[in-house]
Amino acid sequence: MRSRTIPMREVYVWELPVRVYHWVNMLCVIALCITGFVIGNPPAFMNGTEAYFNYWFGTVRFVHFVAAFLFFFNFIFRTYWGFAGNEFARWTNFIPLKRCQWKEILDVIKVDILQLTHKKIDSIGHNALASLIYFLTFLIFLLQCLTGFGMYSAMSHSSFPKLFAWIVPMMGGDISVRFLHHMLMWGFIIFAIVHVYLVFYHDYIERRGVTSSMIGGWKFIEEDVIERHDAKTEECPKN
Amino acid sequence: MENKHLSFYEEVRRDGSSRRDFLKFCTTMAAFLGLESSGVGQIVKALETKPRLPVIWFHFQECTCCSESFIRASHPIVANIVLDKISLDYQETLMAASGFQAEEAYKTVMAKNPGEYIVMVEGSIPTENEAYCCIGGRSALQILEEAVKNCKAVVAWGNCASSGCVQAASPNPTGAKPVHKVISGKPVINVQGCPPIADVMAGVVVHLLTFGRIPQLDELNRPKAFYSRRVHDTCYRRANFDAGLFVESFDDEGAKKGYCLYKMGCKGPVTYNSCGIIKWNDGISYPIQSGHPCIGCSEAGFWDNGPFYQHLPSVKGFGIETTADNIGVGLGIATAVGVAGHAIVTNVRKKKELSNAPEAVSAVEKPKV
Repeated sequence: MRSRTIPMREVYVWELPVRVYHWVNMLCVIALCITGFVIGNPPAFMNGTEAYFNYWFGTVRFVHFVAAFLFFFNFIFRTYWGFAGNEFARWTNFIPLKRCQWKEILDVIKVDILQLTHKKIDSIGHNALASLIYFLTFLIFLLQCLTGFGMYSAMSHSSFPKLFAWIVPMMGGDISVRFLHHMLMWGFIIFAIVHVYLVFYHDYIERRGVTSSMIGGWKFIEEDVIERHDAKTEECPKN
Repeated sequence: MENKHLSFYEEVRRDGSSRRDFLKFCTTMAAFLGLESSGVGQIVKALETKPRLPVIWFHFQECTCCSESFIRASHPIVANIVLDKISLDYQETLMAASGFQAEEAYKTVMAKNPGEYIVMVEGSIPTENEAYCCIGGRSALQILEEAVKNCKAVVAWGNCASSGCVQAASPNPTGAKPVHKVISGKPVINVQGCPPIADVMAGVVVHLLTFGRIPQLDELNRPKAFYSRRVHDTCYRRANFDAGLFVESFDDEGAKKGYCLYKMGCKGPVTYNSCGIIKWNDGISYPIQSGHPCIGCSEAGFWDNGPFYQHLPSVKGFGIETTADNIGVGLGIATAVGVAGHAIVTNVRKKKELSNAPEAVSAVEKPKV
């Protein structure tokens, strides 16, 4: 049997709200992409019948809208948790305002993307590059909500979607809003491909149990990394 | 101009319309404007008593289809209200006068009715070069700016005047701009459409005449009464949309059955207009009823968001007929290939980490039981 003896500790990284957010978000994105594709280009599989008997396309759109509401409020909740959560969930991780974060971004590019050197990245939660990418996806989330609810507002009488109505005249009309909404969806799909791959990659290389950490919340972290983490000054976000 | 002080009602009576016709017209207009029944009385009173609106009607870069739309309205009073009975002292297409006489006519209107006259504009205004639309030695912009200075309000007829239409489509050689982008300080009513529905045009005029103020407008300055709902929301084929019954080609069974034209590129879901309610040619039909998808002619930039028979616009710079989906699939494949390549490289470059570096491998091999 091959085994390895290195001093490691278990660290509780992802709190329950973060994990719940993650999986709800995943389910919403999957539902929204699938129904979105169907709405964009519906299959004509019921043709030959009368409209009286069917409402399937209406149902698809209904699922899209319900998932969109869930997605939005889930996202709002995660934003709140960026202020209330632990050090790995904090908003300061996601926006690289400090020099040390940019340094880590460069390090991650060198070590994990280009694989030029093989030094260890010290982050326990997200590394700085991952955090930055998440921040950009949050902006896409926001834009997707703005454009989506903006289009929705025209057919809704409730007050909430009306909050987004301004985006339509600002972009000149529904056509451009719809187009942007469609384009951004591809951003989600490409993000998902890279995201899942990188989780597997890190688990494969680092063996910290990053894949299952989003289920139980715990990661295995080398002791020296934890020591350096604890020694970090407040200057830099403790990611 | 001896009949300057006649009211609209006196005008139509003099032309032989009965009072019954007149009341029918007022009722129709009240319904179009979304007024309650007491509104009919208000319209009747206004049209009976108020003198005609002094109007100057300019044609800049356009095709005159807005005027055409009007003179083809089958209800005589609808056509008359703009083309004869409001005081069209200057209308380049229809006036008899020309040259200095014509110039004189609209200058008189401006001088005699400061703050009272309405400027109606058909067409976009070129900004690239003044020579593109030059009338009587003056540029469109100069003429418009002078006329607007003392007007009460500006009515921008059609897509050209409201959002530039085909002249402003890429690459926009004349630098065409809609009215609201070149003037400021005056209310602009965008009566969208290419052309707008004749009854909608009449409705706007009746509103101005009856209430003496501009109608309620949305964020894009369109009258709410006519442009607050999408063609899609008022479409009689909407049930087919919700049921997922779609026309897939113009000669298929679905087309015969009158299924939804969504997949034929219908822009109804992104177009705000009242075609589905008021319809065209005295309520006979509208494009979708005639089996053709809506092309979105009352939306800004509809020429650039083509093709007409494709719901998702083509992406500029990627050749004709390239949609967001083509690009998305391409990027998706590129990403998958990149990810696979990275995975292969990882197995080569990260061998040391993967093979449990010597100091990390436990020295003792447990005896197999």
